[in-house]
Amino acid sequence: MPVPDEYLAYPHRAYGADQPRYPWRSSCERAPIAWPGRAAAACLIVTPLEFHMLNPAGKPFKHPGAMVTPYPDLRHFTTRDYGNRVGIFRILRELKAAGLKATVPINAVLLERVRPLIEALIEDGHEIAAYGVDTDHIHWSGLDAGVERQWVEQTRTAFDKAGLTPRTWMSPARQQSFETLDLIAEAGFDVCLDWEQDSLPVPMKTASREVIAVPLSTELDDRVLLSDRRQTEAEWADQILEAMRFTKEEAPRFGGQVLGFSLTPYVSGQPFRIWALRGALGALGADAGVWSATASQIADAWKKAAGDA
Amino acid sequence: MLADPNLYDYWPYKDRPPIVWPGGKKLAFWIAPNIEFYEFDPPRNVSRPGWPRPSPDVVGYSQRDWGNRVGHWRLMELMDKYGMRGSISLSTALIDHHPEIIEACVARDWEFFSHGIYNTRYSYNMDEAQERAIIEDSIRSIQSATGQRIRGYLAPALTHTERTLDLLAEYDFWYTCDLFQDDQPQPVKTRTGKLISMPYSLEVNDVITYGSLAMAPQRYADVLKRHFDQLLEESQQSGVVMCIPLHAYLVSQPHRLGPFAEALKYISENSDDVWITTASEIAGVYREQFFDQTLDDVAARGLATGGFGFTSTEAAHAGS
Repeated sequence: MPVPDEYLAYPHRAYGADQPRYPWRSSCERAPIAWPGRAAAACLIVTPLEFHMLNPAGKPFKHPGAMVTPYPDLRHFTTRDYGNRVGIFRILRELKAAGLKATVPINAVLLERVRPLIEALIEDGHEIAAYGVDTDHIHWSGLDAGVERQWVEQTRTAFDKAGLTPRTWMSPARQQSFETLDLIAEAGFDVCLDWEQDSLPVPMKTASREVIAVPLSTELDDRVLLSDRRQTEAEWADQILEAMRFTKEEAPRFGGQVLGFSLTPYVSGQPFRIWALRGALGALGADAGVWSATASQIADAWKKAAGDA
Repeated sequence: MLADPNLYDYWPYKDRPPIVWPGGKKLAFWIAPNIEFYEFDPPRNVSRPGWPRPSPDVVGYSQRDWGNRVGHWRLMELMDKYGMRGSISLSTALIDHHPEIIEACVARDWEFFSHGIYNTRYSYNMDEAQERAIIEDSIRSIQSATGQRIRGYLAPALTHTERTLDLLAEYDFWYTCDLFQDDQPQPVKTRTGKLISMPYSLEVNDVITYGSLAMAPQRYADVLKRHFDQLLEESQQSGVVMCIPLHAYLVSQPHRLGPFAEALKYISENSDDVWITTASEIAGVYREQFFDQTLDDVAARGLATGGFGFTSTEAAHAGS
């Protein structure tokens, strides 16, 4: 099939970014910022709570962790549910022992089902974030804008009903449409975990208020490293600590940065992984140069520091 | 479609005539940072979507943008430390989007070669005029921004047509990074010009090692050291080429750059027989001194089959 000539037209070929959400700026041009307590690095720990239904439509793609075998895939349903029943409580225990705070995006449909877990998260002082309706409500450009707005509203309403007012949003599969940022801003969210274009928060333009993107690293995602890439627990934990070492080492020259990684309950909450989890979290918690903070704390501290800088 | 592209003749890695690099060096070593621009909303190509997920693939896009905003500068600083210049596989449009990166590379006397216009625009199915437009755009834009006449090419996202290599030769390119059949350069059977295949290993390319092969950072460092040791040993017989193709959005991640630095340090400390250089310098020397020697040896072994790329062997024989 021939290639149309417009394939060789480049309408956005000009200085800066090719999208309207945030401008281009290299790390050389950032003013160094200071975190609270003059910590060298902010540590963002994200523990996503996902509902993996037995019958996903998988549109426009299957959410990571979705069912694999023909219906009814009880094997994967229960393996994922294990994370929300058992694994997460191991992770919470280790976070508390290490004195670390996590950001916990929750699929709205889980709010009633896992109520005791919500209470445990609140008691431990973790930040609860919205994570869309569930893993089969993926926001993407093929969606009708009205449908997407309704999904965001449905999510906000479910959190309201649960007595929760999250500021932070993570999209299912961290996928967006071209309008997602506008819609979540409209629904009162001002922090987003879908983007990772910098080692500092980045203010994103929307049709209404600004949304702060706080970076979360795909390359340090526990599911990617341990499940997809089949790395060992020791390799995984070493990479988290090496990333922190490197990030701290840059601080005297470049100021504070963010190191964000995820702990997926059905992955890093497995019994045989707790020794490695404990080692990594313990080292981070004991490190005076590390500021353990939630997404909205990081966004707020960054806004204050950027204002001062 | 053909079974064999007939781009080069079979040539066994045994008893080849010796290559000696300038200064009596044995192993020519170069680093290829891919400095790429992936579009937020690329147009649809019939053979392959611009992103694995529907646009906007915000995780994929922002990770690659991180490479240009943050990662590139870390990698550049590390290469400065070991006095290693880059030979940049460049998405040509990045000149327009991020000229600061280009200026920093020019200031270091790094080499540029073309990696297409964007890494989200593919050459599949292009007609000759369209493919010429890509190549001419690359030559003109990079010359204007850097003063360099580019001599090398790596097709955008490794997407080709049957005429890509002939066109490169016609536009007086010296080397292509698109062929992976050897650890030494080799003449490419183009209709005109003098094009060689430049070793650019996919096996030690960070996209493959960290991604497809799922290597942890320390293992990649070990792989690079062993790759280097083995090639250095073999190069005592005849000079070979080692390339490390890199992508800042991967190698410069905070958990990776430290272990990667150990590999560069190791190479730097064992470099008595190593020519640390750029791809065009290797290609220039090879074309002058070893191009004909290779063709003569292939012919002397009775292995020359004639013809040109993407002509069938029968057609090639019929034409000779």
